[in-house]
Amino acid sequence: MDGIHDLGGKEGFGAIDYEVNEPVFHARWEARVFAMYLQRLGGATNIDLRRHAIERIDPRAYLTHGYYGRWLGAMETLLLEGGLLSRAEIDARVVAMGGDAASLVASRPAERPDSIPYESDLPDSIRALARRPRFAVGDRVVTRSHGVPGHTRLPAYARARCGRIVLWHAGWVFPDTNAHGLGEDPQHLYTVAFTGDELWGDSAEAGITVHLDLFEPYLQRAPDGR
Amino acid sequence: MADDSPQAIRAEAIESLLKERGLITEDDIDEVIAMYNERVGPMNGAKVVARAWTDPDFRRALLDDGSAAVAPYEFEGGQMEKLVVVENTAHVHNVVVCTLCSCYPWALLGLPPRWYKDPAYRSRIVREPRKVLAEFGLELDPAVQVRVWDSSAEVRYLVLPERPLGTDGWDAERLAERVTRDAMIGVARL
Repeated sequence: MDGIHDLGGKEGFGAIDYEVNEPVFHARWEARVFAMYLQRLGGATNIDLRRHAIERIDPRAYLTHGYYGRWLGAMETLLLEGGLLSRAEIDARVVAMGGDAASLVASRPAERPDSIPYESDLPDSIRALARRPRFAVGDRVVTRSHGVPGHTRLPAYARARCGRIVLWHAGWVFPDTNAHGLGEDPQHLYTVAFTGDELWGDSAEAGITVHLDLFEPYLQRAPDGR
Repeated sequence: MADDSPQAIRAEAIESLLKERGLITEDDIDEVIAMYNERVGPMNGAKVVARAWTDPDFRRALLDDGSAAVAPYEFEGGQMEKLVVVENTAHVHNVVVCTLCSCYPWALLGLPPRWYKDPAYRSRIVREPRKVLAEFGLELDPAVQVRVWDSSAEVRYLVLPERPLGTDGWDAERLAERVTRDAMIGVARL
């Protein structure tokens, strides 16, 4: 999805806000939300579902509620979509605790969720694949030119760009289907190197390369000469 | 953020409801928080880096297959299914980001600092890495190649910094104290 989370190359965010001797968590609630979201409650059964739930929160909240605020919104979304809690009872409890019922809530549950929670029998994401990879290290490839609905891991800044395969990682669970409960559909995964010129044209800094980990369906063989 | 923030109250409301339903216990929460506060952090990555500086066979193994080289340590914290270690040299500087979310090698570096997860770093480091690194205080010679690693799948990246000058004869334990989180992300040199 063309969401606010896809931040690579966006301009206007200003200086990096560096904190010396930063604590692991800045507030008690951040630690609690972190620990709760990792319990895989309701529909939060795989990492791609959980990531996509973060992408689906209110974009204003995405930019202003901080990292654990984004997790809070995603966790609430999946608890509501999974039918474990209702929006009304959470709101009522917030008010009972003295909270402001009118403040921005990050969670944006779908009326009919397209994410079907399921849990794999297998751990993690590496999967053996019988079919051979289409590309080899050194091959020139070009990335998909358009956005797609739902979860995907090709950032917008690297669409329709030409790069070179530098690593091959064999078969991995495909986030684009796994995030929607449509199966693991494992795909070959590659690390692809893009030059600064290819990504940013005349405004590119000299002597930079950006690497992305991209799944085979995002890639086509580059036309001769590119 | 103060604990009366809307996020704090909403988180507490959800936690209390989940506990009433028996879906979560205090122990579930405390166990996770204790792990990430106490046992998972950049001291683990520092151990690996210092050993790579002092043990050439380990260094080669680490660069060849990071996950296999690090597996015997049995670090907790996850996010380590496949580790790729990228080496800084006099000619190449590496820096790690995740523009789509905030992927990070938890088991080696702990949870990421806030700036790593904020929009400014995620948006800018792929577009103007030299300028961003200069803001971190790292002015790179124009002849040094900058390689940015945008972690867009489950592969995790760790930068192997150059060993600092003036540390000849130091053992791995002493060297590990010189290794910083920022150097292993690639926004600092040692």
